[in-house]
Amino acid sequence: MPALGATVIRAGRRFLSSLPALFGVLVFTFLLMRVLPGDPAVFFASGPNAGKEEIEIIRKQMGLNKPVPEQLMLYLYDVGSGNLGRSMMTGQLVTKDLRERLPASLELTFTALLIALVTAVPLGVLAALRPGSIIDHGVRFFCALGVCVPTFVSGLLLIYVFYYLLGLAPDPTGRVDIFASLPPRRTGFLLIDFLFAGDFDGWWAAFRQLILPALSMALFVVAPLARITRASMLVSLGSDFVRTARSVGLPWWRVVVTYALRNAILPVITIAGIVFSTMLGANVLVEKVFSWPGVASYALDALLSSDYAPVQGFVLLMATVFVIVNLLVDILYGIADPRVTIG
Amino acid sequence: MTQSLLALNDLHVTFSTRRGLVEAVRGVTLSLGEGEMLGLVGESGSGKSVTGFAITRLLDAAGRVTAGDIRFRGQEITRISAGDFRHLHGAAMAMIFQNPRAALNPIRAVGDQIADAITAHKRMPRDQARAQALELLRAVQIRDAEKRMAAYPHELSGGMCQRVMIAMAISCNPALLIADEPTTGLDVTTQKVVMDLLTGIAAERGMATILITHDLGLAARYCRRVVVMEQGRLVEEAEPKTLFHAPQHPYTKRLVAASPTASSRIADLVPEEERGRQFAAPVAPRPQPAPGTPPLLEVQKLAKRFDQGAAAVADFSMTISAGESVGLVGESGSGKSTTSRIICRLIDPSEGEIAFEGQSIGHIPARDFHRSLFRKDIQIVFQDPNDSLNPRFTAFDCIAHPLLRLGGMRPGDALRQRVEECAQRVGLGIELLTRFPHQLSGGQKARIGIARAIACRPRLLVLDEPTAALDVSVQAVVLQLLDRLRREDDLAFLFVSHDLNVVRMMCDRTIVLQNGRIVEQGESRTMFDNPKTAYTRELVDAVPHIEPGLAAFAT
Amino acid sequence: MTSATLRHAGWILRGNPLTAVAAVGVFLLALIAIFGPWIVPYDPIASNVSQALMPPSAAHIAGTDQLGRDVFSRLIVAARLDLAIAVSAVGISFAIGAVIGAICGYTGGRLDRGVGRFVDVVMAFPLFVLAMAMVAALGNRVENIVIATAIINLPFYIRFARAEVNVRRNVGWVEAARACGDSHLSVVLRFLLPNVLPAMAVQISLNLGWAILNAAGLSFIGLGVKPPTPEWGIMVAEGARFISTGKWWLVAFPGLALMLTVLCFNLLGDGVRDILDPRMRT
Repeated sequence: MPALGATVIRAGRRFLSSLPALFGVLVFTFLLMRVLPGDPAVFFASGPNAGKEEIEIIRKQMGLNKPVPEQLMLYLYDVGSGNLGRSMMTGQLVTKDLRERLPASLELTFTALLIALVTAVPLGVLAALRPGSIIDHGVRFFCALGVCVPTFVSGLLLIYVFYYLLGLAPDPTGRVDIFASLPPRRTGFLLIDFLFAGDFDGWWAAFRQLILPALSMALFVVAPLARITRASMLVSLGSDFVRTARSVGLPWWRVVVTYALRNAILPVITIAGIVFSTMLGANVLVEKVFSWPGVASYALDALLSSDYAPVQGFVLLMATVFVIVNLLVDILYGIADPRVTIG
Repeated sequence: MTQSLLALNDLHVTFSTRRGLVEAVRGVTLSLGEGEMLGLVGESGSGKSVTGFAITRLLDAAGRVTAGDIRFRGQEITRISAGDFRHLHGAAMAMIFQNPRAALNPIRAVGDQIADAITAHKRMPRDQARAQALELLRAVQIRDAEKRMAAYPHELSGGMCQRVMIAMAISCNPALLIADEPTTGLDVTTQKVVMDLLTGIAAERGMATILITHDLGLAARYCRRVVVMEQGRLVEEAEPKTLFHAPQHPYTKRLVAASPTASSRIADLVPEEERGRQFAAPVAPRPQPAPGTPPLLEVQKLAKRFDQGAAAVADFSMTISAGESVGLVGESGSGKSTTSRIICRLIDPSEGEIAFEGQSIGHIPARDFHRSLFRKDIQIVFQDPNDSLNPRFTAFDCIAHPLLRLGGMRPGDALRQRVEECAQRVGLGIELLTRFPHQLSGGQKARIGIARAIACRPRLLVLDEPTAALDVSVQAVVLQLLDRLRREDDLAFLFVSHDLNVVRMMCDRTIVLQNGRIVEQGESRTMFDNPKTAYTRELVDAVPHIEPGLAAFAT
Repeated sequence: MTSATLRHAGWILRGNPLTAVAAVGVFLLALIAIFGPWIVPYDPIASNVSQALMPPSAAHIAGTDQLGRDVFSRLIVAARLDLAIAVSAVGISFAIGAVIGAICGYTGGRLDRGVGRFVDVVMAFPLFVLAMAMVAALGNRVENIVIATAIINLPFYIRFARAEVNVRRNVGWVEAARACGDSHLSVVLRFLLPNVLPAMAVQISLNLGWAILNAAGLSFIGLGVKPPTPEWGIMVAEGARFISTGKWWLVAFPGLALMLTVLCFNLLGDGVRDILDPRMRT
């Protein structure tokens, strides 16, 4: 199939063109973290009264005494060889820390995205099919509210209602009860690992822990997704080709699904990519609220204690994830829209 | 007369808009026999398309049939359920739309779309439907039909898309075909092929057809009966021959007069009774320029290549003398707009020389040309009056703008006087000068565009399809206005157009462009009466002439 | 503004009274931001431990926090800071973004493609993470929250202005202005920018809401504003510790303040868009 080949080529080209951006992110974070703030060595010394010699030793240890370009080259070399440095807080290699914590963040984000898509697309379609109806007004109201409630507030209110008032949710800290036994690690995604292990009680417990943070993140992004679905569905339904489809007497569902919805879903795919990266950002807030042991809360803790390496590693990781996600979006879009092959 | 297939009785259609209810169709009564071909002609806002959409129940959500009835094969169809109507759509009546590319689903292969139309009414396996779709593509004369089955609309030309649309419309052999401006936006040569195909198929399969168009000539060429609509009402119904030779209604008279034909002159564009007011004494013939003076404009070996791809214009040379009117015709993509913008020094040529009154202006980059002394000598009138005026400028600001920039004038009474004088020259009421573009009609905007262009008394006016977006009756008035201004100011015109009849009237000489190259040039009438090249002949033949003989042949 | 525009606006407002409500809301917010410190019933910073963690009552209509400070007074006083951060950040990015975007959109070519690609990349990046990193690096101060928020808003304005100018660059009246003797620069500044400003006003209104959420998010995770300064994000962060024990008002009221503020800006933006372009009604 030539169209698929063209899509792959296009996606490949896009991937290559995003590599400089990735590099840019790297340099950007490096500069921000190393050059601008005050001397981090002072911070890591025993305190404000630490002696000059002590600070000097720490500076040497951190490579801060070398010129900035050289520090950058060293850093790039390290990143190239898979060495993201060592965290001052945990004393571990940053790569190891990130690898341990990434599945927690991804599991949360993907679950939230799934919830959001499954809710938003049908809502948007329903609203567009009956513009001006009660459903339409309901969806628009919900969308208007949804983007206004910060994730950290909705998360906290969900805790209040489902944990404090109703007692339905477990203690909102972490991925599993501290006393629960973890399944053997295969993917790092607890829901999947528990399934592999055949431990359904464990799966249920993990699911209960996951649902509140995922919901609060999903709430925030349902609105833009539903909104774009509704808008593009309206455009689609009002388009000339839908009129043509009606003029030759196609059945109603065929007009709506094959003609209108398939066209309307294209902008949704693009927005879903942007929404995903918004969610990566929102991870920071949600992980803090729910003490979720993900990469974002790890980076936040590091950041508040001026621990460079984890923050750089985190930003770089986010950049990589976002490049991969955009690649997926490109490929999906290429499959859904035959026109992109010309671009 | 054959038995009536379709009968409209006192049809009223109303749209609810923000300004309240607007009645688009106000009592239309007409009938159509089996296999008959009817032309429904009118200018924009006449309600012709709305009538078509009302018959097929494809009106926007805001539009409703408020009174009257539509009988199809004797059955009243305005009140039947949507479910029942679906069985009429495509199977009994089908539509062909303007802008064929937008009318097809952009992400579905055209073969599948035709197959969808077939299976909407006949239960059959997908393979069989696709086989029938292939036959239909052959029937509408698409080359390489097998290959085109898998093509998407963006891979096909406008004419091809319209053929696919026709294939979809005829897929279930409907008894009634409604074609809404099926060839508007297509090139003349394509237009002719598509119309021949459409009428051929309709005749062959015995489908009654309503051709909705703004083009009297087109309707006259293909229809036995023509109905003229104005402001939602039927004003006249006749055979084309009668319509052209003895129009009854004043509106029809005006419309017939305004439609340019191969033999019409500028003065003919207004009905005889109304002449005289605008056209006073003939202007004295232009004095021959003294020998030895350089031509007003001389272009040598002009070429333009954009970033990538073939040359848009190549090896283009021409001259225009003072006061002369030169036409530039060609189909879309022929490079006529690019050429006109280069000559107007809005874009830079890739190579070639441009001299104005003997002085080279081609080497001045377009970026700096606004400072050149020649800026005010070469002005331009744009195609679409709707987007050629700054929406935030009043009519006064628009006309004053070049006077302030190029005429060295300052805001004040002198400026006001000058702007008002310009407005008067183009026949624009002084009271309209305070209005913004969205408060003016298309014809008024066109006048402002012209007033702006002539405000600084240019020597050469480039007219880029100045009337293409206007209704014919407005076009007639604007053409007369332009011609008068040219004579009064001894202006030279470079008149870019795709409409041969207009160019023939307006221009002394004409240049025919194809794919960026000059195909033929010469004195307008001689060239069009006796084209020397095959391409020019093709262009000339494609123009729907209003010739009684042809209409008789169609009967 | 012509009378026709006003009539049109009136028509829209009748059909969409929410816009009028939002406009009133924004006006009230502005009043609160200006006069807040003079109208509050209690000192927003003075602690009173005997009154700590009191649920809403007649004396403290939004309750008190862990130090016995009146939550309502803190909410009112915080409005100024939150709005100031959002308004200045959006103002900076609008001023810079509109000009860069308009120039790129008008010139086209390589510069435009380069900027376009850069903007696409930055926009697709998790911007909150970027803002976080910037605040941490530039220093944990309010000005840096403004700068970080301005920078992450910038791509939206560049992209928006670029798209709006791009669709108009070949329009007749732009070429006409050139033919009337205007330079490219003058076409951009005197013709194109004024025509895209109304559409950008919508973007500003929508972005203000977003900027407020961003700033609140940053201070929620401990960046930028520091306690005891009253600020909505910090108030939520401080209240978070008590949510598991049911002290809902510490989170709910600042949350509500944030929500209403953002809602007003969003509704106003949507309404203004409807007034400017009825076709874009979604």
